[in-house]
Amino acid sequence: MAATLQLEIVTPEAKVFSADVEMVTLTGVEGEMGVYPQHMPVMTQLAAGEITARKDGQNIYLAVGEGFVQITGEKVSVLTDMAIKADEIDEARAADAQKAAENRLAQKLTDEESATVHAALVHATTQLNVKRRHKK
Amino acid sequence: MASTRDIRRRIKSVKNTAQITKAMQMVAAAKMRKAQQAALVGRPYAQLMNEIMAKAAEGTVGFDHPLMQPRTAAKRAVILVSSDRGLCGGLNGNLFREVTKLDKDTVFITAGKKAAQFIARTKRTLAAEFTYKDTPEFTEARAISKFVQQLFLKGEVAAVDILFPKFVNTLTQSPALVPFLPIGQLTAASAGINEPKKELAAHSSTEIFEFEPDEETVLGELLPHSLNFQMHQILLETKASEQSARMVAMKNATDNAKEIIKSLTLEYNKLRQANITKELLEITTAQMAVG
Repeated sequence: MAATLQLEIVTPEAKVFSADVEMVTLTGVEGEMGVYPQHMPVMTQLAAGEITARKDGQNIYLAVGEGFVQITGEKVSVLTDMAIKADEIDEARAADAQKAAENRLAQKLTDEESATVHAALVHATTQLNVKRRHKK
Repeated sequence: MASTRDIRRRIKSVKNTAQITKAMQMVAAAKMRKAQQAALVGRPYAQLMNEIMAKAAEGTVGFDHPLMQPRTAAKRAVILVSSDRGLCGGLNGNLFREVTKLDKDTVFITAGKKAAQFIARTKRTLAAEFTYKDTPEFTEARAISKFVQQLFLKGEVAAVDILFPKFVNTLTQSPALVPFLPIGQLTAASAGINEPKKELAAHSSTEIFEFEPDEETVLGELLPHSLNFQMHQILLETKASEQSARMVAMKNATDNAKEIIKSLTLEYNKLRQANITKELLEITTAQMAVG
């Protein structure tokens, strides 16, 4: 199939992914969706989870945080607060981060702080899930 | 006339000053590189967010959000972003000169100690005072942005602008007043950074977007988020401006100190020579008188 989609994943820190792919699977707030080229234009919110991009017949897995997705026929733009490729996830560090966040949640926190810690916890958990699922 | 000892003492003191300013220059240079980097990496995100918002705006007809509606309140609010510390040349001074041009009844929200001090000193209305660290965090920006959004939604102010030292390059920082609220056209949500205007008109094929779950939810999340992010970018940029301005100011100070040391040393040597000549002269005259 000649048609490809341009997938772009950007976080505030960096442009994590930008390439032409054949298919994208992502988790929206309303559930998982698979996107092929010529998809109808959709805008949705992204739930923390996994993005799978199929490029040249190979699957690339990424762990992503919450964010926004905009899909057009030829492009998928993802804005998120975290994105990391599965093979770049440091499992030990993610586990540490998860533990640290859990410990902090047990303490008394202000709303602002607890929002930040929650986000950190979600990030760490997502990374671990994605990593473990694709362990060889 | 100053004695050689006085001059020596002055040279020593100027040398000490030069040492301090030199150290501050080095520190500012290192921090500047980091701050500039931080301000730069956020740009692709800002760009993509602009693109998405612009496209979403095209795809939704007649969408309205409380954050987009103009208000009728008489007052207007300005978020004044300054540095925490001085010794950074005319950075804050230039900023505050812009403040004096604003209406007297403008409500101010400040970020940074210098801004809060200035507003208090000139007896203007201060709605809230925020601080941010050397490396501004997203949560700090979110706190400011949230407060301002609430102020706006309650209808207490008609509009909110941000006044901050815009980073042009290492040598130039100019005060810039950018609109924050209401979000007029979705396309105008530039993050206040000096990026070239994107060709938004390129997407002329009007695509109607489906929203999941629905547009109120998605845009209702996206708009505040984009404001938070814009605020964060501005804090980062202010830091970059501050460190650049400080580095340049300290470099000038070091250069001036060196100049002073040079001229003082010259004076000192002249005086020393004159003293020796005088003594020699005295000895020879004394000898001649005896002999």
